[in-house]
Amino acid sequence: MDQAALKVENLTIAYHKKPVVEDVSFEVPEGNLIGIIGPNGAGKSTLIKGILELIPKISGEITIKGSTYKSMRKSIGYVPQRESVDWDFPTNALDVVMMGRYGHLGWLKRPGKAERQKAMECLDKVGMVEYANRQISQLSGGQQQRIFLARALAQEADIYFMDEPFVGVDAATEKAIIQLLMELKGKGKTVLVVHHDLSTVKEYFDWTMLLNKKVMKIGPTEEVFIPEYLQETYGGRLAILSDTKSGLLLK
Amino acid sequence: MNILDIITDPNTRWILLGTMFLGLSSGVIGSFAYLRKQSLLGDTLAHAALPGICVAFILTGVKSTSFFLIGAALAGLVAVFLISVLTRYSKIKQDAALGIVLSSFFGFGIVMLTQIQQSEYGNQSGLDTFLFGQTASMVMSDVYMMMTVSFILIFTCTVFFKEFKLLSFDPGFAKGMGLPVVFLDYFIMMLIVAAVVIGIQAVGVVLMASLLITPAVSARYWTERLHIMVILSGIFGMLSGVSGTLISTTVNDLPTGPLIVLSATVWFFFSMLFAPKRGVLSSVWRRVSTKKKYSLEQERRKGSHPS
Repeated sequence: MDQAALKVENLTIAYHKKPVVEDVSFEVPEGNLIGIIGPNGAGKSTLIKGILELIPKISGEITIKGSTYKSMRKSIGYVPQRESVDWDFPTNALDVVMMGRYGHLGWLKRPGKAERQKAMECLDKVGMVEYANRQISQLSGGQQQRIFLARALAQEADIYFMDEPFVGVDAATEKAIIQLLMELKGKGKTVLVVHHDLSTVKEYFDWTMLLNKKVMKIGPTEEVFIPEYLQETYGGRLAILSDTKSGLLLK
Repeated sequence: MNILDIITDPNTRWILLGTMFLGLSSGVIGSFAYLRKQSLLGDTLAHAALPGICVAFILTGVKSTSFFLIGAALAGLVAVFLISVLTRYSKIKQDAALGIVLSSFFGFGIVMLTQIQQSEYGNQSGLDTFLFGQTASMVMSDVYMMMTVSFILIFTCTVFFKEFKLLSFDPGFAKGMGLPVVFLDYFIMMLIVAAVVIGIQAVGVVLMASLLITPAVSARYWTERLHIMVILSGIFGMLSGVSGTLISTTVNDLPTGPLIVLSATVWFFFSMLFAPKRGVLSSVWRRVSTKKKYSLEQERRKGSHPS
């Protein structure tokens, strides 16, 4: 690897004076699936939003493939938390996916045939083609999550940020999503995922970031995802049982 | 007056044209305000326009729609700024901040209005009609102004439709994509202020919010597509403007502004009851027929498996 896919230096973000993410620095190599793990209130979502400049940061420098964040905007994909929008919006699934093309379209241009086709391809990748014309509130939680994922795919980015894509989805959707993430990785894309379920970390992610206001540890999952570091991150509140199968079982 | 008289009376024709365009444009821009859950913001901007207009009148001494536009826009900006300061630097939530700003600006406006009325040239100013609107005070240049601003509003919403849509649905994603979300926020607010200012003469600051919100809410019942909703909302607004004006000219001495608002409300009730899919009647019908179907099925099953 000659250049980090993402480099964050001294990032600090605060809500109402209290720093939520404090002096965070890390680098992420290209072509990896990275899980961001940490207790509630550790600033996982905040970190992502700070990197994407959705919320103001107090300090910090973000570089993507050696260039500034602003110049690389078109190569960034984003999957927000599903609850962040009102799904009773007058639009259908295809329309939402087409929104992923808006950044490439630029001002004044209207989405046309090419965008529609691209959006249909992305819907196909998440197995939602037959729902293209469905009003979005008529979709199940898992289907809504797939739509968000398809929209991010339509962005044709090199680096993806996903905020809890596995929350509230059924096992089938979770499988479909992780398969898609693996595919993205196979194409050399970098994917950062805020993740809650500790039992699947080893299975899903090449790299793991343990976050609790600061980056406690970041690196290959087998090196980072060990009881000692986890206890440190979760403040000793985890009951860790050794298990021969997955190596770790947590409650 | 009967309908024929109304159509042939040039003065009424102008007023009709003005309220028509007003309804159309406020319906269009109101759709976005409604979908962005900023209904109360529209109301606040409308009320905040009053002190702005009073200050504009005191400074210039003339009743000019363009000066009023500037005054209302500046007052709207100050109001929006205060709301964001209140929500950001205190624990006050947005609804409370809107309430505080709305009432204090309006109170301030009323005080200034009373001052102007009591001054020497105050009685001719006719500013008091801005509270509930009075179409009789409209002159031809006002109608021209209404048409121009309406045209600009509709044109802008057409040109930036894609951006407004994304901003209304998912502002976080829009920001991540690099859209200047904060700027667009203010831009939409300014469009709302523009709609308020051209609506002041006909409908007044107190009732203006309903012309922004009610057509949009009505339109939402009929469709699941944003562009259709925006067009429908404009049509509902236009119909309200026309029917309100017509009723007030046929029945003497009834105020036009409130009648326009009431017409919009009639359209709302009509939509709420009779819209397919989202309407009350259709959802009741659906529930009843599902129930019926289910119990019929149950009976059939019982019949086929006698135990």
